[in-house]
Amino acid sequence: MAEKILKEIKVQAWKQKNATSKGKFETYTVKDISTDTSFLEMLDILNYQLIEEGKEPIAFDHDCREGICGTCSLYINGRAHGPDDDITTCQLHMRKFKEGETITIEPFRAKSFPVIKDLMVDRHAFEKILYSGGFVSVNTGGVPDGNAIPISYDDAEAAMDAASCIGCGACVATCKNSSAMLFVSAKVSHLARLPQGQVEAARRARAMVAKMDELGFGNCSNTGACEVECPKGISIANIAKLNREYLKAKIAE
Amino acid sequence: MTILNSKIPDGPLVDKWTNHKAKIKVVSPANKRKLEIIVVGTGLAGASAAASLAELGYNVKAFCYQDSPRRAHSISAQGGINASKNYQNDNDSVQRLFYDTIKGGDYRAREGNTFRLAEVSGSIIDQCVAQGVPFAREYGGNLANRSFGGVLVSRTFYARGQTGQQLLIGAYSALNRQIGKGAIEMYERHEMLDIVKIDGKARGIIARDMVSGEIKRYGAHAVVVASGGYGNVFFLSTNAMGCNGGAAWQSYKRGAYMSNPCYVQIHPTCIPVHGDQQSKLTLMSESLRNDGRIWVPKKKEDAEKLQKGEMHPNDIAEEDRDFYLERRYPSYGNLVPRDVASRAAKERCDAGFGVNNTGLAVYLDFKYSIKRLGKDVIEARYGNLFQMYEKIVDTNPYKEPMMIYPAIHYTMGGTWVDYNLMTSVPGLYSIGEANFSDHGANRLGASALMQGLADGYFVLPYTIGDYLADEIQTPKTDINAPEFTEAHKSVSDRLDRLMSIKGSKPVDYFHKNLGKIMWDHVGMSRNEEGLKKAIKMIAELKEEFWKDVLVPGEQGEINQELEKAGRVADFIELADVMARDALNRNESCGGHFREESVTDEGEAKRNDETGTFVSAWEFKGENKEPVMHKEELVFENVELTQRSYK
Repeated sequence: MAEKILKEIKVQAWKQKNATSKGKFETYTVKDISTDTSFLEMLDILNYQLIEEGKEPIAFDHDCREGICGTCSLYINGRAHGPDDDITTCQLHMRKFKEGETITIEPFRAKSFPVIKDLMVDRHAFEKILYSGGFVSVNTGGVPDGNAIPISYDDAEAAMDAASCIGCGACVATCKNSSAMLFVSAKVSHLARLPQGQVEAARRARAMVAKMDELGFGNCSNTGACEVECPKGISIANIAKLNREYLKAKIAE
Repeated sequence: MTILNSKIPDGPLVDKWTNHKAKIKVVSPANKRKLEIIVVGTGLAGASAAASLAELGYNVKAFCYQDSPRRAHSISAQGGINASKNYQNDNDSVQRLFYDTIKGGDYRAREGNTFRLAEVSGSIIDQCVAQGVPFAREYGGNLANRSFGGVLVSRTFYARGQTGQQLLIGAYSALNRQIGKGAIEMYERHEMLDIVKIDGKARGIIARDMVSGEIKRYGAHAVVVASGGYGNVFFLSTNAMGCNGGAAWQSYKRGAYMSNPCYVQIHPTCIPVHGDQQSKLTLMSESLRNDGRIWVPKKKEDAEKLQKGEMHPNDIAEEDRDFYLERRYPSYGNLVPRDVASRAAKERCDAGFGVNNTGLAVYLDFKYSIKRLGKDVIEARYGNLFQMYEKIVDTNPYKEPMMIYPAIHYTMGGTWVDYNLMTSVPGLYSIGEANFSDHGANRLGASALMQGLADGYFVLPYTIGDYLADEIQTPKTDINAPEFTEAHKSVSDRLDRLMSIKGSKPVDYFHKNLGKIMWDHVGMSRNEEGLKKAIKMIAELKEEFWKDVLVPGEQGEINQELEKAGRVADFIELADVMARDALNRNESCGGHFREESVTDEGEAKRNDETGTFVSAWEFKGENKEPVMHKEELVFENVELTQRSYK
């Protein structure tokens, strides 16, 4: 717990002006960082220093800094969200790094997530998958009482486990095939486990898988890497559930 | 006679909303197809409104600064959402939720709005369940509830410690369904920088495409601002880094009044500040107060040892622990409202009983509930929060007490709106945290989610029709109209000016300084001298900012510093009005504590002779003093008493 000061660390970060230009690594030195400081606060400090020196800061996505919005997206020392388990980048702290270490930071790399500047990527492909069926087709109003349909504790908990996905894209960035199966399966599984979502479960599975393929995400080859790096611990059992739902939908065709 | 017409319907409280709905105009389906609505912000209020309006047949354009609507800051809400379902058979009712909300808000909210909020609360739960929100369930399959601060019933629905996330995903899925159908045009990574008025009515916005840097014009028949609160004025807060007061502030500058800006909620259970390298504070859900007991040492020498790291909290004997909330407020104990809990923590720390190296922390201890219920039960209830705490602080809250301290969390103040949620600019609406309407001077826990969704699902979709029914003959907005050209130029000029200063200090320098001024003088405890000083310091900071800010990069590209610069420029101006509002309110109420107005026991003292009003500040021009209007609050159904949680 005791706070320490890292006297000097090196940051090797990906710099890329925009989506069409070529990028490269730049190396920076950061001094006197408390181990209680978060990784993104370290980048804030580095950026402040760069601006004062008349240089361009490093662009990176971040927002809630509480591990829930899914905005932050860095690949740190070869791991999505960096060297700690069950966290997003914003929850990573400098106590995970050593004095004098060189920390390498890259954007999430996947064909479907183009880099738009430095460490920022465009994850709009996820949105498109959800437009195709990631919902229950119900309008506002005219719905039954919340307790009208009992849902077993276990089903509600399993749905909640799947619904915890924050859409950060670490699963895609980690997968050697850049597959979005964990993301898609989490949504399909969340809704298929609830009576409200079962009505259109088949259509949903078909539409979302078709859209995922169309957008250039790779196939799942069951390496399980996605599950390891998922900050919310979404299980690959969801992929099995998706495969079952998809198969059922195809058989029904 | 005030110029503010709240349009609260006449008649008994219980019938107001029903009667109002029956009287207001409705737009036919054929005409809805001709009308366009802009929604700025996609949190609970914005996403639910955009989806509901599109379902009705309106053409909707929705905007958010995030890369996806799902990332709006509503996602961070942890604890729950209130509704007066009375599923627990504990004598809850619409009337009780209304009363708790009015009382919790220290009698500074409108009865009519607050009652309506309570009235629609049950429908929100039904709607969310229908969308597939996985609320916590009992073994029998029914929805589970828990308790929250400031109330004596169990009416809070929750999805682990991620309720905001699950509700937002529900609203976002409804939004996505409409985007997929082509009924909503979604603009992510777009920031609204101005409101455009034609003939006095809101007819569009100017937004910056945050990827290309392009300034673009968007027209509509009505504009809905759902951009959240302005807590980031304080630099350190629990708000997301991008949360800003920009859309609300531009509304103000175009004629919408700003109400009660001094009402800021300071949440009692946040992770304490660790040092000067921090950019963000993290909330620990209020729900933790259900099972955690808050204490500091009774003996000052123990506190001093804790501060020096010479003692461990587990070594302090039971009889040497001061459970100060249970001591001071025996009937509510650890579940007093947020403002009361925050001030009590500050009081103990100011008296020298703080427990960490800065002396600004108290303990929240789960030892007792783990003993009573077992670790498994506590883990099931709060596991993700405990994990979050451990990642940040690096201590195990199952084994030693958490350390917490109050932090800026929510803003009850916001854009003035009437009962229809329309601002003082015709055609411009404000919903969710962005408006001032339902929480008075203090918001109860789990009521922000309720209000955001009430506004978006069940209020605005009705009330906006009353205005738009008169706009069915209005043609599509011409974005080449001179008013658009003027607003476009004003936005471009401001950005050019920010880029061209090329001073010596990064934006964060000014933001941190602003935060310090606000925390010291317009924070948890305020007095006349400090507020006057703050107004002066803010003016000086504004001058320095516009002379010496350094924004690197270019305008026509992704430029996060430029985004921040614009927001901080707005915050500096907003801070001035907050301080003026706080100075003007000569009483303590809810989140606004004036040192000059306290009871003999040191509790906040309201002044109902002079304080029962809503302030509404009118912009009078750059660097001119704003003018305050008053809307008198009328209480016909509740008796104003000094709030007591003893």
